[in-house]
Amino acid sequence: MEGEERMAHTEAHAAEAHAHDHAPTAFIWKYVFSKDHKVIGIQYYVTAMLMALIAGLLAMLIRVQLAWPEVNWGIIGKLLPMGFQGGDGQPYVMNPEFYAMLFTMHGTIMVFFVLSTAPVSGFGNLLIPLQVGARDMAFPFLNGLSFWTFFCGCVTILTSFFVGAGAAAGGWTSYPPLSALRGAVPGSQIGQTFWIIAMVFFISSFTMGGLNFVTTIINLRTKGLSLFRMPLTLWSMFLVAILGLLSFPALTGASLMLLLDRHFGTSFFLPTGLVLNNAPMVGANGQFIHQGGSPLLWQHLFWFLGHPEVYILMLPALGFTSDLLTTFCRKALFGYKAMVGAMLAISGLSFIVWGHHMFVSGMSPYLAMAFAVGTILIAVPSAVKVFNWLATLWRSRIQYKTPMLWAMGVVSLFISGGLSGVWLGQSAPDIQLHDTFFVVAHFHLIMAGAALFGVFGATAYWFPKMFGRMMNDTLGKWHFWFTFVTYYGTFFPMHYIGLAGHMRRIYDPYQYEFLKSLQPLNHFITISALILGASQVIFFVNFFWSAFKGEKATENPWNANGLEWTTASPPPHGNWPGAVPEVHRWPYEYSNPDAPKDFVMQHEPPLAVESGH
Amino acid sequence: MATEILDARGPDRVPLVERPGGPTGRGPIRHGDDGGGPSAAFDPGQFGLWAFLGTVTMLFIGFTSAYIVRRTGADWRPLPLPALLWVNTGVLLLSSAALEVSRRRRRALDLRGLRVWLGATALLASLFVAGQFQAWRLLRALGFFLSSNPHSSFFYMLSGVHLLHLAGGLVWFSLVLFRLRGARYAAPGGGRVLSLFATYWHFLGLLWVYVLVLIFFF
Repeated sequence: MEGEERMAHTEAHAAEAHAHDHAPTAFIWKYVFSKDHKVIGIQYYVTAMLMALIAGLLAMLIRVQLAWPEVNWGIIGKLLPMGFQGGDGQPYVMNPEFYAMLFTMHGTIMVFFVLSTAPVSGFGNLLIPLQVGARDMAFPFLNGLSFWTFFCGCVTILTSFFVGAGAAAGGWTSYPPLSALRGAVPGSQIGQTFWIIAMVFFISSFTMGGLNFVTTIINLRTKGLSLFRMPLTLWSMFLVAILGLLSFPALTGASLMLLLDRHFGTSFFLPTGLVLNNAPMVGANGQFIHQGGSPLLWQHLFWFLGHPEVYILMLPALGFTSDLLTTFCRKALFGYKAMVGAMLAISGLSFIVWGHHMFVSGMSPYLAMAFAVGTILIAVPSAVKVFNWLATLWRSRIQYKTPMLWAMGVVSLFISGGLSGVWLGQSAPDIQLHDTFFVVAHFHLIMAGAALFGVFGATAYWFPKMFGRMMNDTLGKWHFWFTFVTYYGTFFPMHYIGLAGHMRRIYDPYQYEFLKSLQPLNHFITISALILGASQVIFFVNFFWSAFKGEKATENPWNANGLEWTTASPPPHGNWPGAVPEVHRWPYEYSNPDAPKDFVMQHEPPLAVESGH
Repeated sequence: MATEILDARGPDRVPLVERPGGPTGRGPIRHGDDGGGPSAAFDPGQFGLWAFLGTVTMLFIGFTSAYIVRRTGADWRPLPLPALLWVNTGVLLLSSAALEVSRRRRRALDLRGLRVWLGATALLASLFVAGQFQAWRLLRALGFFLSSNPHSSFFYMLSGVHLLHLAGGLVWFSLVLFRLRGARYAAPGGGRVLSLFATYWHFLGLLWVYVLVLIFFF
């Protein structure tokens, strides 16, 4: 009996080992419910791309409304009856509530479902095992589960457009009482509840991913890959995962409290004396239903997540940039340890500066001072990064390939967006500029722009590892130049209109006399934005065409050094057909005069000159 | 069979590299070429679990800061502490103790003892869940509802979130029981399965004590 049991056990074990050694062949296990990190990475990436398409279209509607609030929307108004009034010979006009929904959902989808997803979950999953030299993530099942949880979040947030009176409309920050009172705006009805549920899906998914990231990077590095030999992309993924694990729970907790306030009559965030649509919110006993809650409490909890969150978007782009710049400069990265230190400093500081989003909330000026000092301190590691990038570029022979253009774009946006951050980080200028287009300009350049450009650069660079083919370089360059010019064309003038007092979330700015003179500039911005949106068609065409018809990629098309370039493009299931490579050096060994060629890959055995040291 | 069991003895202490399935004891593909890197240092499962406990801790830190802010409100009415909660606390801690005894029984390769003590763990855990529901009923009967005042809101919310994590733990526990069925308890992975779960379960015990202290004694 015991012998039989043992036999059965051994057989089961053998079957298990067999299943592990071979890639799944059925379509559904190979491409749909896959546990392979590369497939999951691509799933994340493509889903984020589709979400970006939707959020981008919302932005186009926002921009047209801001430039021409009186415009007849015609066919668009007819197609979206929820958002427009008119018809029967009358011009179609956008509803103000619909406008509020547009900017809310644009922000929510872009921040969480696009720019947290594509660089972190997309490229993180694709690259981490390849760069650490592992067969897969530490917990492949959890990884697959993470993607499908994320997918449920996407479905929920998209469904919210079509439930009740439409999607959430309280801003991407969902400040109560607007988000907590179901009668406040149409979007505060069931749409806001869907928003909260989508967030819970997203956070669960991001947590599962984060656990995988930190565990894989800490535990599954190949022999010789010490922490200080990791490419900066890996460092950024490691830090981003830690930021996510430690900051997102604050939003989980706050979302639960918001849900209870909305549906179960609690008063975490709702103060006494609320008046809704001119009617005091009193119960049958004549007392106010909600008592004593603090709307500011939500702001603190939200921004405790929110500030690390913007670094979650940005840090991967900074990591990609360092890797791309060195490859196309053919030069070692300047100040590697300082770069790692700068990322650590930025990550650490991100936890103690959330109050700079709340300078106008009536906080004590002394507290504001503390938050301002922490915020300004971030300029130091940021400047270290910029200096080191410029020093890397300095006197190098740059190869202007598409990924390089995007990486230089990141450097440019990081500088121009960072400078306005120094203004906004201090309470005195911020109190003037809060909730104006100056803020919109700032975060679109540094956070959204840097993250977006980083993703485009990474896409062109690591495309061979995704699909085994190269992206078209000519189309890539057209896409870059159109995007770069119109991106600045869209967001740079916003500094000016913001300084002139143009508020951030406004349906029709020209109801104010003092903003009327800004309409021509808004025309310019909108035309730029429309071209920016249209030029993304080049990217979509290039992406899908290249994925199927692009030139076949070799193992290491860029002559780069990382471990991901030591295996086939695309890498097979298990990443290396033979043994996993061992690491002997950092990934930035370019143009070493003692080496026989201008790059020495991480896995190559020590050179004579190296072992001599 | 006796030697087989002896080989499996003390798997908790077996260095990871010696475990079947490579340095991690699991993972999708191992060609026997993965030894020697930093990966062999410690168990990824244990590390990932601690990272998860870190994120749960941050959730309760978030709740704690909300609690501290909110209790300064003028509408704060103290909630009475039902004596039943003391019993529940004791029951939960005893279930942790029973789990520890089961781990010792497993290491001693005492299958009968293991079953008895795992059963005791499960029984005590279910008692805790039932006790928590009973405590909610008692408070409702006294007129303290979720929305009555912020103190009762926090009590229901925090005990509810704790109970949700505990429910997840119970699902995990049933998977553990499945993994240890029959003679499998003696397999090298058995100790790991049990010790991972024990880490989570003890954490939940401590978390509950923290919630109790925060709500009624802070």
